[in-house]
Amino acid sequence: MWAYIAKRLLLTVPVIFGVAFVVFAMVRIVPGDPAQIIAGETATKEFVEAIRKDLGLDRPLLEQFGTFMASLLRGDLGRSIRSKAPVSEELWARIPNTVRLTIAGLVVAVSVGVTAGVVSAIRPYSVVDSAVMLVALVGLSMPVFWSGLMLILIFAVRLGWLPAVGTETLAHLVLPAITVGMATAAIIARMTRSSMLEVLRSDYIRTARAKGLAEHVVVNRHALRNALIPVITVVGLQMGTLLSGAVLTESVFAWPGIGRLLVEGILARDYPIVQAAVLVVALAFVLVNLAVDVLYAAVDPRIHYE
Amino acid sequence: MVTATPAVRAETILRPGRSRFRVVWAQFRRNRAGLIGLAILMAFLGAGLFAPVLAPYDPYEIDLEGGLKRPSRAHWLGQDELGRDLLSRIIYGARLSLIIGVIAVSIGVGFGVPIGAVSGYVGGRVDLLVQRLIDIMLAFPGILLAIVLVAILGVGLVQVMVAVGIVSIPTYARLVRGQVLSLRAQEFVDAARALGATGGRIIWRHVLPNTLAVIIVQSTLQVASAILSAAALGFLGLGAQPPTAEWGAMLSNARQYIRLAWHSVTFPGLAIMLTVLGFNLLGDAIRDALDPKMRI
Repeated sequence: MWAYIAKRLLLTVPVIFGVAFVVFAMVRIVPGDPAQIIAGETATKEFVEAIRKDLGLDRPLLEQFGTFMASLLRGDLGRSIRSKAPVSEELWARIPNTVRLTIAGLVVAVSVGVTAGVVSAIRPYSVVDSAVMLVALVGLSMPVFWSGLMLILIFAVRLGWLPAVGTETLAHLVLPAITVGMATAAIIARMTRSSMLEVLRSDYIRTARAKGLAEHVVVNRHALRNALIPVITVVGLQMGTLLSGAVLTESVFAWPGIGRLLVEGILARDYPIVQAAVLVVALAFVLVNLAVDVLYAAVDPRIHYE
Repeated sequence: MVTATPAVRAETILRPGRSRFRVVWAQFRRNRAGLIGLAILMAFLGAGLFAPVLAPYDPYEIDLEGGLKRPSRAHWLGQDELGRDLLSRIIYGARLSLIIGVIAVSIGVGFGVPIGAVSGYVGGRVDLLVQRLIDIMLAFPGILLAIVLVAILGVGLVQVMVAVGIVSIPTYARLVRGQVLSLRAQEFVDAARALGATGGRIIWRHVLPNTLAVIIVQSTLQVASAILSAAALGFLGLGAQPPTAEWGAMLSNARQYIRLAWHSVTFPGLAIMLTVLGFNLLGDAIRDALDPKMRI
């Protein structure tokens, strides 16, 4: 297992390097003169030159990449063209909000998904089961940004129960978290159901029932624990969906996170901001995947890794 | 393995005149969810192809007096902020989504399949290099990679189609590579090689036809995800620009009026959802019909 973890860690290094290169190349392969594009069509020549110099675009390419990596390792991500503030400052202000949203989304996804899956599995092919699976299928097909709008329409506009925008209180987190978690909840519900159905047919469940245990003990203590192993894998695989969901959801709820920063950056052609936001999200994705793989290797002794 | 399953093969032997298509269709017809998906998609396809005939109004015709009017007998789904007929715009939106889906999937198949086939068949250093490149592409969550590409290519509908297409390349490449790796070791490939066939011919004539089933299933699901991604980019303001009747862009516009006009945020999203649902149901059903063993 340690060999597997070491190999997995080593494989991540070139990927992170590649991600950094893509982010570096982004500004340089923009068709036309990047400095001119960033400055805008009406900018003066001096301003364009200043940006070119600021971004180091007048240096040889290899030197540019060296400088880029060196400052990256120092945590220096340049300055925002729009606000002139250091990019890292903007990032640190936004990261906690995205983390909060993603974790809240995960909580919604797991609690709703597992409950729905178990409810479905204990009465397979019943009306309840069909209804839950239909809702899950619909949930899977709903675009994240539209489900957010529908939640705002119903719970903020019509019923007035929850706020639509803002970050101050826990109530502000409810609708965005449901939006982020909904699609993943649907996937988890389907996985939990099929995994539970398989476990419920096994011998040790029959034994548990035969010795007269109450049904809820059989389901919660004996079946669910074993059925959750494949579910954990799915949760790991879904971290990307959650993260992308957060990026989109932030735009719906004007949530001041990394995703919103990224979109604002692109629309304002603030490339240092765009580069930094892309880097942060991609790195988070790679590291979360790594963590999930390593955890999985540590948790499940039945799996052999080559 | 997604090629002929024992059940299907037995049937083909019993009735040699029956084509593979008819065998698969017979399986497919029994799947109610698949038929519902097919029906949704026929409606979507019909709307896309015959938009000028079906749409009751010009989707770009402004009627300021009818701004944000609710659904009525004259305008079944209501009117948007400029009084444009929502139903007509959604029908034209189907046409755009159809084009986006087809172009994006063509890019994915056109590049991903050859890359995966060569990588899997040649193996060695080529395979290693290609796989690492794919690792880097997959290090970005799909929508983020699309956003990065739009940041490079610029904002607009064409750029979005290209970006969404590029994002699907690694999926196809991985899928086909896996298939080719298992096919490469089979006897009919050895036989072809023994007969002196070149690598290119073996890939094209012997290996790729056997991966067709998975490519079809993947493409059905991929059209759905392309439509979703393009709509997401349109919603973020990075894709189709107003006044284009694109579903995501329509939603982006409509959200400003969410307190005044529920219909203008509801129906375009419903159209996206139904279309994606249709493709997902169809994709699952085709997979089951091609290979009953793959059913979850």
